[in-house]
Amino acid sequence: MPDKILEIRNIKREFHMGTEIVRALKGVTFDVAAGEFLTIMGSSGSGKTTLLNILGCLDKPTAGEYILDGTGVGKLSRNELAKLRNHKIGFVFQAYNLLPRTSALENVELPLFYNSSISARERKQKAIKALEAVKLADRLDHTPSQLSGGQQQRVAIARALVNEPVMILADEATGNLDSRTSYEIMALMQELNQQEGKTIVFVTHEPDIAAFSGRTVMLKDGKVLKDTVNEAKKSAKDVLASIPVTDDY
Amino acid sequence: MNVMNLIRIALRALQRNKLRAFLTMLGIIIGVASVIAMVAIGQGSKKSIQDALSSMGSNMITIRPNSNVTAGARLDATSVQTLTIDDVKALQKQAQYISFISPAVSTRGQAINGALNWPTSMQGVSPQYLDIRKWHVKEGNVFTEADVNTAAKVCLLGQTVVNNIFAPGEDPVGKIIRFNKIPFNVIGVLEAKGENAFGQDQDDVILAPFTTVQKRILATIYFQNIYVSATNENTTKLATAEISDILRRSHRLKPADEDDFAVRTQEELINTFSSTSQLLTILLTAIAGISLVVGGIGIMNIMYVSVTERTREIGLRMSIGARGIDILLQFLIEAILISITGGLIGVALGITASKLVTTFLSWPTLISQSSILLSFLVCGMTGVFFGYYPAQKASRLDPIEALRYE
Repeated sequence: MPDKILEIRNIKREFHMGTEIVRALKGVTFDVAAGEFLTIMGSSGSGKTTLLNILGCLDKPTAGEYILDGTGVGKLSRNELAKLRNHKIGFVFQAYNLLPRTSALENVELPLFYNSSISARERKQKAIKALEAVKLADRLDHTPSQLSGGQQQRVAIARALVNEPVMILADEATGNLDSRTSYEIMALMQELNQQEGKTIVFVTHEPDIAAFSGRTVMLKDGKVLKDTVNEAKKSAKDVLASIPVTDDY
Repeated sequence: MNVMNLIRIALRALQRNKLRAFLTMLGIIIGVASVIAMVAIGQGSKKSIQDALSSMGSNMITIRPNSNVTAGARLDATSVQTLTIDDVKALQKQAQYISFISPAVSTRGQAINGALNWPTSMQGVSPQYLDIRKWHVKEGNVFTEADVNTAAKVCLLGQTVVNNIFAPGEDPVGKIIRFNKIPFNVIGVLEAKGENAFGQDQDDVILAPFTTVQKRILATIYFQNIYVSATNENTTKLATAEISDILRRSHRLKPADEDDFAVRTQEELINTFSSTSQLLTILLTAIAGISLVVGGIGIMNIMYVSVTERTREIGLRMSIGARGIDILLQFLIEAILISITGGLIGVALGITASKLVTTFLSWPTLISQSSILLSFLVCGMTGVFFGYYPAQKASRLDPIEALRYE
């Protein structure tokens, strides 16, 4: 058994909405091993956004234990959580969240600005390397408005990679993209997972996206409904090859 | 997180919105520029008045007859005649704090040289008058005590008079001019002195022995003024008291009587003008200061809007590891950069404006380092003060909500 990156033990999260208590998570337990490609699925209201926020150290569970790469998250302060996010997690969002009017290179450099141990030269080198990994080495100076949706998402992935995190956390990362571009992104994710050994946790509600991952955790009403290893894992590259390129024209 | 990185982040954020950053700066630019220009104008006029007054001789004391009550009616000072040669002699003999003394009597008339004529005034004075006024003769000589005793028909011409009744290049010394039909021998020309603080041309004058003016033109025994110079600037006060004392005795005034003369020092004039221009400076600076505060409020306004507009950016920054303090400092540094840059541009603009005022309006200006330093300091503080609340608001955002903000 490889090292565990994530250990989640009976996590609960309650929200106080006026006098009512909304219980978004009612005791979720699972582990993620290093190098795993995990999708978290569930319909709206299943608690997957809440779980994502907790996994991303943006939120803390009301009860239960969350250990990220050996660090117990429950007792950390806001600033310690920020440091943890910077060092251990790479976020990829549905809406890319790139800074407008800012070059791809500067967007990718952004997380390194919040890591004081990295010099300006290192910062640039790392950012270029990350953009090379997502095959955008020729787009360094392009601003988001000069890039397609798929390219913007790849810049966002490069930004997630640049700090060499232990886990990439993607939140509906293909939600804004057409299916062809979605497969391109998934192909990139699979490549990062298989070749670089990156641990990826991918939140989605599309089953055909989940089919590319090695394991799927299905949430329903704040509980784990199913936790299945995906035997028939598809290769996004193969799927991509089977779609004609001139499809739309 | 080091500060250099934060400054770089803030600079990049400002670069993304150059026009807005500039417009925000504009308030500060105008504020600082107006503070510097206004203070420069105020200080300049103050200094030019001081210079003008001290060039007249800052230890000069003027004695003139005072309005006196005659049969219940108060008379105009100029029609009162109380100062005579006896007063001058008494002062010369008794006063120990005065170095020079000269009576003065003046009259207006027409100066004529050949076909040219010029209306001017003739001042009857003693040779010491030039010492009191710190005035020098450019060509020729000053008349002597002997000239005074004999009421000699000699005179010194001011530059304006020379320009008007002599052809260019003609040497006036040794020539004879007529003033009110009386011929005068020109024995010297005075150095040009320019305008005084009140804008009067000081060179439009003819100086002659006071006896000549008294006896040959006005037929009077009285003086309009007596000019005295104190031994130095510090003894002016003592000299003033001494003069009052001597003149009261010389005029045989009873203790209950009002003075029938008035003693004025330049210091009073300097103080009067200084306090006037001081008031002007304060007023102008206050107005300019208000515009600086308005500029600061402009910064706060824009920073608030900017925090709202950039909520998603803040959420993103937090999700990739920015702490609350990083966000706070970023926005604070943005505000300070705006105000400092605005301040620098404002200083440059203020100095330029002051120079332009001097060049085109020929108003004297004096750019003081303290006003530059002060407005710059106020600028930095404005940035911190007005930038802090928006920055704090930004730093307290919840990253989850900020990321989903539409």
